[in-house]
Amino acid sequence: MADVPIDIDHVSKLARLPLSASEKERFSGQFARLFQFITELQQLDVEKITATAQVIPLHNVFRDDTVRDSLDHEAALANAPDREGDYFKTPRILE
Amino acid sequence: MKIAKTAHELSDAIRRKELSSREAVEAALDSAQALDPSLRAYITLLPERARDRAKQLDDRIARGDSADSLGALAGIPVAVKDIFCLEGELTTCGSRILGNFRPPYSATVVNKLEAAGAIIIGKTNMDEFAMGSSCENSAFFPTRNPYDVTRVPGGSSGGSASTVGAGSVPIALGTDTGGSIREPASFCNIVGVKPTYGRVSRYGMIAFASSLDQAGPMTRDIRDAATTLQVMAGHDEMDSTSVDTPVPNYAAALRTDLAGVRIGIVTEFEDSIGRSDAAMAGLYKRAYADLERLGATLVEVHLPHAQYGLATYYLIAPAECSSNLARYDGARYGCRVNESGDVFTMFEHTREAGFGDEVKRRIILGTYALSAGYYDAYYVRAQKVRTLIKRDFDNAFAQCDAIACPAVSCPPFELGAKTQDPVAMYLMDYFTIPMSLAGIPALSVPAGYVNELPVGLQFAAPAFEEARMLGIAHAYEQATHHADQVAPKVLAGAAR
Repeated sequence: MADVPIDIDHVSKLARLPLSASEKERFSGQFARLFQFITELQQLDVEKITATAQVIPLHNVFRDDTVRDSLDHEAALANAPDREGDYFKTPRILE
Repeated sequence: MKIAKTAHELSDAIRRKELSSREAVEAALDSAQALDPSLRAYITLLPERARDRAKQLDDRIARGDSADSLGALAGIPVAVKDIFCLEGELTTCGSRILGNFRPPYSATVVNKLEAAGAIIIGKTNMDEFAMGSSCENSAFFPTRNPYDVTRVPGGSSGGSASTVGAGSVPIALGTDTGGSIREPASFCNIVGVKPTYGRVSRYGMIAFASSLDQAGPMTRDIRDAATTLQVMAGHDEMDSTSVDTPVPNYAAALRTDLAGVRIGIVTEFEDSIGRSDAAMAGLYKRAYADLERLGATLVEVHLPHAQYGLATYYLIAPAECSSNLARYDGARYGCRVNESGDVFTMFEHTREAGFGDEVKRRIILGTYALSAGYYDAYYVRAQKVRTLIKRDFDNAFAQCDAIACPAVSCPPFELGAKTQDPVAMYLMDYFTIPMSLAGIPALSVPAGYVNELPVGLQFAAPAFEEARMLGIAHAYEQATHHADQVAPKVLAGAAR
């Protein structure tokens, strides 16, 4: 079995995604198998290779800075779980 | 069940006024509804919307508008994967977290299909957020394979593949990030095309891994794939990653021989399938011999880094997914779980309740790959290997016009066979992931059967050479007609 380097508790906090004890245990075993593949990448010498973030020959795509219609308030708020006037309403963010 | 098989056959009948759009749509709805208990291909059927639009179209034809003026897909019933926003209609992406989401706008490709006269009859089932290869990761229910309902239709575009494979609609939209169009197309005996990254707009297509996601057609034959891609392709100012290059005439590129065409056969892939499954390897050998008989020259090519595709993909795709799915927090749309009144607890409880296992697994993996201290070791290293994989294809295409290779390593497997073993599920995309990482176009076309279960042949071509790829696949399809040889078993059960 490959080592599983993931500190699942820490990463779950970073992702704001709490996991149950059984999920943590299940995922750990599954990550162990996956890392058998992932550690294969460490064998390759990639020091002089440029990273590919995206594959198309496009850079800095701009459009004219002109005012145009966008989604209206009601349409944008139509799916809001909670609203107050023209705002999305959430629990208090600042104490 | 009375439905013509392909969109071009339906289209001819509509143009000759032998068939109304309403009749085509009713036949599609009847078939989809009759098969739904067996296949469960749809999350949402839209019979009223479809009937209204069909009536509008028939009225225009009755007023004297020619079918040609109404668009390339006038009156054709189509299905759309539930990852594409459809204004005002439920769009779940196969997830509880979007279980109540009705988008305020439609995806560009959906608008383009409708502008070409296509009639959407429903939204198809999928693995949650397109993460999966069997459609079993849908938060709602699994979809089944029309060739054997105890087997999976593939995924993530499983609902689209199943309903096209069963003949309910001739065309469905899918999306492909690492194989999610090509693998289900192989499993359901249909054509599935993943275009070049940037060929088709992603606007309104719910994001999974943004450097890989691409929309494409799933159809009964190559001609319909060419017509549908023609409608979908092109620059969209709403998607800055869509490329502004001319779209060639795909139908004009369809050919019936392969004289002068050099087809690359990938040594590493042949070794892999030869080791794993003799029946599959034999099927593909026969396919390559068919290409030769059509006049093609077979050339041995090498993709030495393709074996690292899986590891590369399972760092890059989860990293991008963890970033994209950070938006699902219960604040502005989708489900919200809020018991304590604290905003951070609301975020956490919403995500905990809203996401399924596979999505959680990938968010954790991706967050880890991007986290401080590990970013260079995993994420950046994977991006560098991505460069090597892309270079392999550049080198291969210096020697050949297109690559022919396996789409899958096995025929459709039984429901539940791989759900406890995510890595076994990930391995289903072994032959499709490298093309996704390189951003090049690839497709799956029916290539025969193993134990009466369908298997697809994959073709890949250099970036933006969809016309060449479709032309070659058309010659193979027209010479072999594999899709017509075995009827979906589900039709025998549902015959009336």
